[in-house]
Amino acid sequence: MRKRSVVVALVACTALWGAAGCGSSGNSGAKNSTAGFKVPNVPMQKSVGAGEGKVNLIAWAGYVEDGSTDPKVNWVTDFEKQTGCQVSTKVGNTSDEMVTLMRSGQYDGVSASGDATLRLIASGDVAPVNTKLVPNYRDVFAQLKNQSFNSVNGQMYGIPHGRGANLLMWRSDKVTKPLNSWDAVFSQASQYKGKVTAYDNPIYIADAALWLKAHKPDLGIKNVYELDDKQFTAAVDLLKAQRQNIGQYWSDFSKEQAAFTSGDTTVGTTWQVVANLLHADKVPVKTTLPTEGATGWSDTWMISSKAKHPNCMYKWMNWIISPKVNAQVAEWFGEAPSNAKSCQMTADKNHCRTYHANDAAYFNRVSFWTTPRKQCGDARGAVCKDYSEWVQAWTDIKG
Amino acid sequence: MGRRLSDLLYGHRRTQVGLLLSGPLGWLVVAYLGSLLVLFVAAFWQLDTFSGAIVKQPTIHNFETLLNSDVYRRIAFRTIGIAAAVTVTDALLAFPIAFFMAKVVTPRMRGLLVVAVLMPLWASYLVKVYAWRVILSQDGILNWALSPLGVKGPGYGVVATWLVFSYLWLPYMILPVYAGLERIPDSMLDASGDLGGRPWLTFRRVVLPLAFPAVVAGSIFTFALTLGDYITPSLVSSTQFIGNVVFANVGVANNLPLAAAFATVPVVVMIVYLLIARRLGAFEAL
Repeated sequence: MRKRSVVVALVACTALWGAAGCGSSGNSGAKNSTAGFKVPNVPMQKSVGAGEGKVNLIAWAGYVEDGSTDPKVNWVTDFEKQTGCQVSTKVGNTSDEMVTLMRSGQYDGVSASGDATLRLIASGDVAPVNTKLVPNYRDVFAQLKNQSFNSVNGQMYGIPHGRGANLLMWRSDKVTKPLNSWDAVFSQASQYKGKVTAYDNPIYIADAALWLKAHKPDLGIKNVYELDDKQFTAAVDLLKAQRQNIGQYWSDFSKEQAAFTSGDTTVGTTWQVVANLLHADKVPVKTTLPTEGATGWSDTWMISSKAKHPNCMYKWMNWIISPKVNAQVAEWFGEAPSNAKSCQMTADKNHCRTYHANDAAYFNRVSFWTTPRKQCGDARGAVCKDYSEWVQAWTDIKG
Repeated sequence: MGRRLSDLLYGHRRTQVGLLLSGPLGWLVVAYLGSLLVLFVAAFWQLDTFSGAIVKQPTIHNFETLLNSDVYRRIAFRTIGIAAAVTVTDALLAFPIAFFMAKVVTPRMRGLLVVAVLMPLWASYLVKVYAWRVILSQDGILNWALSPLGVKGPGYGVVATWLVFSYLWLPYMILPVYAGLERIPDSMLDASGDLGGRPWLTFRRVVLPLAFPAVVAGSIFTFALTLGDYITPSLVSSTQFIGNVVFANVGVANNLPLAAAFATVPVVVMIVYLLIARRLGAFEAL
C-alpha cells in the first residue's frame, strides 16, 4: 500500500510538471486524506477574469448541445454570445474514455461521473473548484454538495450537473405482473431466460452487490462499491449465474432501445431516458426503482489542472447549472437537474417529479457510482477490490 | 538535372531498385513493424491500478495474468476455434462455387459471377452485420421463415457469430480458390478421365492436390479476419473474442499494457499459421 501511494504521488507530480511545484521530497506537496489516497496539491483558482475566447470540453452525449443535433436544443450559442468563449466538445462514451482524454491535458473540463471523478482527483488531472466563483452553486441541492465522489476533505472538485438512477425496466405486455424487485434479473431471471439485459460495464458488479445487500445480510455489505473478497466473490458468482439468462448486454443506450423494441429483451436495467424514448415509440414498457434501491450516477463538471482557458471554464460551469440551462439539459438528457431553481423552468412541468429531483428520500435509496478502491473506507482497511480487479472480474463474468 | 539523374542511375540497377523500394519499405518497417514492436514493448508495462496511469517498468505481470486465469485462455481458444470453424465452412462453400466459375460456365457468365462474388464487398461491413442482427432477431425473418417447421433460429450467440463471419469472409475464400482452379489445365481433367478416373477420383487425386494451396491461401484471409474482429461478436452476441477483451481493456479499463499483452496472442497464432501455410505452398498460390 505504501508503495502504491508513492507511485500515485509520483504520477501526480509528473502530471503536474510545470503547473504546480512538487516539493523536492516528492510527497511534501500532497496531503493525506480520509479518502484513502494522497491528494495532489493542485492550486485553486482565486478569481475569474476575462474569458480566453475558447473552451474545450469533454462531455457525455447530450450535455453540450449547440443545435447541431436538433435546432431547438441549443444552450451553447447563447453562452458563446454572452461570454465570447467558443465551445468545442469531444463526446466521451465511457467514464474510462473520459479519464484517458483528460489525462492528455488538451481539455479544460469534463462532465465526469462518480466512477471517474476520484481517479481524476488522485492523478492530479483536475483542480479543486472555488465554488465562490460559481454564483449558481448556492442553488444546487444540498444533497449533491460535498459528496464522496465530488469532494475530498470538504473541498469541492467540481460542480454537480445532474443525477439519475439505474432503473428496472420491463415489457409490460410480456411481463404482466408488475415488478418491484431486482429478483427479476437475479434470483428469478431464469423465467426470462435469454431475454434479460444488463449494463455492460464493470461498475454493474455493484448492482449485484446491491441485491446481495438486501437478500444476503450475512455478507454484511454496507457500501456496494467497497467489497472485500468474500462479498466480491458472491457478487461475481451471482452475475455468472445471471449470465446464463442474459440475451445481450447493453453499453450504448440505442442498442438497448432497439432490443426492447424488437422484444429480444423483456427485462433489465435501464436509464429513464431510454424508457422515455420507448414510450415515444409506443413500446409498452414500465420502469421502477425496486425495493432494494438502485445504483445511479451523479455527474460533475470538473476543471483540468492544465486548463488553458480556466476563466471560460468557470464561466461554463456557472452557465451549465444556471436554472434555465440546467432545466434544458436535464429534460433533453432525461435526468434530475442539480439546480433547485431549474424545476420551475422545465418545459414539462412534471419533469422534476418524474425524475424525483427534490426527492431526498428517493435518492437516499440510490448508491451513486464511485470508483472502487483498495481502501475500504471503514475499519476493514485495505482489503477491498480496486477497479482493475472489477474490470478483470467483468471479463471473467462475460466469459 | 533530370538528365544527369537518369545518367547517374543508368546501369546501376541496385540503386534504381533501392530508390524505388525505399519508400514502401520504409513505410512497412516504420509504420507496420514499428507499431508491432511498440505493442510488444507495451505488453511489458504495467498499470497503476487506482489512478490508471501507465508505469513504464518492465514486468511480465500481464503475461502471468493471461496465463493464470481461465477466462483469457477460454476466450483465446474460443476465438481460434470459431476462426477455424469459419475457415472450414467457407472452404466447403467456396469450393463448388469456385469450381463452377472456373470450369463449367461460359467466359461471359464467369465475368458476371466474379462481379456477383465481389458485390457484397461494396457494401459497408457494418451494414451487413446490422442486417444479420435484424435477420437473427427474435421477431426476425429467420425465425419467421423457420416457424412453419416448428424450429427456432439460433438467436444471438456463438452460432450467430459463426454464421455472420462465414457470410462476411466468403468472397475472400472464393477468389483465391477460383484463381487456383482456373490455373489447372482442362487437359489434366480430360487425361484423368481418359485413364479411367471417375469424377470423384479425379477430384480427389487431381483437382484437390492442385487446388489445395489456393484453399490454404484463402484460409489465411478468413482465419486472420475472424481472429482480429471484435465488432461482429459485440453486435450479434454477448460472447467475447480476443478483440473484445483488447477493446475493453483499452477503452473501458484503460489498461493498455494488458491489452497489448493479449494482442500478442493473435500475432503469435498468425505467425504459426503463416509458417504452416508456407509449407503447404499457399504463397505460390496467392
